[in-house]
Amino acid sequence: MTKTTQQDELTQREYKYGFVTDIETEQFPKGLNEEIIRLLSERKKEPAWMLEWRLKAYRHWTTMKEPHWANIHYDPIDYQAVTYYSAPKKGKDKAQSLEEVDQELLKTFERLGIPLSEQKRLTGVAVDAVFDSVSVATTHQSELAKLGIIFCSMSEAISHHPELVKKYMGSVVPYSDNFFATLNSAVFSDGSFCYIPKSVRCPLELSTYFRINAADSGQFERTLIVAEDDSYVSYLEGCTAPMRERNQLHAAVVELIALNNAEIKYSTVQNWYSGDKEGRGGIYNFVTKRGKCVGVNSKISWTQVEAGAAITWKYPSVILQGDHSVGKFYSVALTNNRMQADTGTKMIHIGKNTKSTIISKGISTDHSNNNYRGLVKILPSADGARNFSQCDSMLVGNNCSANTFPYIEVRNTTAVMEHEASTSKISAEQLFYLRSRGLDLEGAVSLIINGFCKEVFKELPLEFSVEAVRLLEMKLEGSVG
Amino acid sequence: MLEIKDLHVQVNGVPILNGLHLTVNPGEVHAIMGPNGSGKSTLAKVIAGHPEYEVTKGTIEYEVNFKKINLLEMEPDERAKEGVFLAFQYPVEIPGVNTAVFLRAAFNELCRHQGAEEMDPIEFDEFLRSKLTLLNMEEKVINRPVNVDFSGGEKKRNEILQMAVLNPRLAVLDETDSGLDIDALRIVAEGVNKLKRKDNAVILITHYQRILNYIVPDFVHILSNGRIVRSSGKELALEVEERGYDWL
Repeated sequence: MTKTTQQDELTQREYKYGFVTDIETEQFPKGLNEEIIRLLSERKKEPAWMLEWRLKAYRHWTTMKEPHWANIHYDPIDYQAVTYYSAPKKGKDKAQSLEEVDQELLKTFERLGIPLSEQKRLTGVAVDAVFDSVSVATTHQSELAKLGIIFCSMSEAISHHPELVKKYMGSVVPYSDNFFATLNSAVFSDGSFCYIPKSVRCPLELSTYFRINAADSGQFERTLIVAEDDSYVSYLEGCTAPMRERNQLHAAVVELIALNNAEIKYSTVQNWYSGDKEGRGGIYNFVTKRGKCVGVNSKISWTQVEAGAAITWKYPSVILQGDHSVGKFYSVALTNNRMQADTGTKMIHIGKNTKSTIISKGISTDHSNNNYRGLVKILPSADGARNFSQCDSMLVGNNCSANTFPYIEVRNTTAVMEHEASTSKISAEQLFYLRSRGLDLEGAVSLIINGFCKEVFKELPLEFSVEAVRLLEMKLEGSVG
Repeated sequence: MLEIKDLHVQVNGVPILNGLHLTVNPGEVHAIMGPNGSGKSTLAKVIAGHPEYEVTKGTIEYEVNFKKINLLEMEPDERAKEGVFLAFQYPVEIPGVNTAVFLRAAFNELCRHQGAEEMDPIEFDEFLRSKLTLLNMEEKVINRPVNVDFSGGEKKRNEILQMAVLNPRLAVLDETDSGLDIDALRIVAEGVNKLKRKDNAVILITHYQRILNYIVPDFVHILSNGRIVRSSGKELALEVEERGYDWL
């Protein structure tokens, strides 16, 4: 195969999720105002308290300014040009069984590698499938219910479990938290809710697959996971969107609550459409993810593979409130073409003997810009707190950039902090060396990337770690070689 | 097994090889000597398929199963799969990639190509240890990232370890002896000798006659200005050692 045809083929393979599902949708008119929020709440048959919360958030949002401290550059976003609600028309209420779900939607998810039907669905993984603004199906619900686990869409949670939602929603990310989280609080349309009761170890991986389909619509989902004392859950989210010429906004909020001895593992494989080579189109991904280790000995870990989106602004964080609690952040962020990522974490140590680990791997290629930004904060109460941070960057080619912005605030002298950082490059010589041993280009790149990211990949559930490796290989092949 | 005819090569527009001829048969050891800048390493890189070296004229034919194939049309990994191996003058560091993992990946790639059964990590570990013993090498190298923080000598030995694992038909050793102390040189040379068979061949590129005391060549070629200017038996190396290259 000659080099050019190989390149062409790779370019075509680059984003296989770029298709559009032709489906009749109900869309709200573009723009945002109180009327839209009332309409949204009404459409979702929400109780009055939910609407009040939304309106409170909206009113606060109108007083806020979009933040610009991140190292990313984009044209101003016109929030009045966004459609805040778009949902498949058929069956306005969520289908009670898969038979009622539109075949087109099932086909779409199957094409995305997320079969939902009873016979085909993934074993060991329960899936909540979110299409634009609504959840279209959630699998394995009854099986989980037997253990007392609640796994449903946020809309269902609001109507069926209002006491839990009221108690926990906004307890980690308050409605007034930041510009994008506040916007989300006003207009969030769906998302997933998980509740793991006391002493239950969730036997399945829970996962949500987010799909944006409609043009010019934003996706604003909200996820809430509560793990009661001595419980355990592993949760995974995936994301894709069609290739479109205009940018689309995605502003999500995820809140995790871990009580005494509880453990939550949250993994993300993010592959939003990232725009074309010139940087046209792609998703603007402004996400607020935060977990709170409320209980003693509780553990929260974030593992993310960020390989898509034109802009990623995302800092999955852990508030280590309970004594002896543990927060972890494992991240691989890959940028190519003209992608920009400003991502990292915040570890806030409040409790005694709290521990946090940060492993961040940034890979930048082409003309992309990849930034790690992380805060480790040790409060006076956090005796014996420890943090280990390692931030590595890999550059492929000469036109990309990588930056590391570590912020460290220590207000307790007993804290132990370690920070390591490195920058490396995939060179043509490395590739030639590996190829001269019989590895093809793909194999050579995969070996290097795997080696670079292995500490993060090993944190992912097995099948997803294989997926993640493939995703990175695909993204890189066009740039290397 | 290898027939190079009238090879012209340039790098970034600068001609380096200017009509090189070389024929290598199975079982032979060819030493290539020559002053700095004469094109020795270029020849090695071209045989292995380095993309930066542009062949402007000439051919390299390589015989596989009694069939001649055009090496120049093949990707570096395809050449490796057909048994071409280059021991690098400057082995490349690959951070994060474990040496054993890398070697198994490469080995299994060759197995797949030959339709042989691949080895799982446990089988391969045993196989790799047998090669370490053969080469009188320490185990620690295989658990470290490829060539990272290796001493010069360790890097060169690691090249020979790779050669032992991949068992090539045609091995090109590019100044494998330079930078080695006398003990390391002997270990490396003994390793190469142990890997020699009737059906494989070695092209040994070197500055010094020293290594030829251990690996005895069938032919010595002197490369100058991108051309082989003299070929003879092993005694030519001694002559060069004594008189330098100027008289040629």
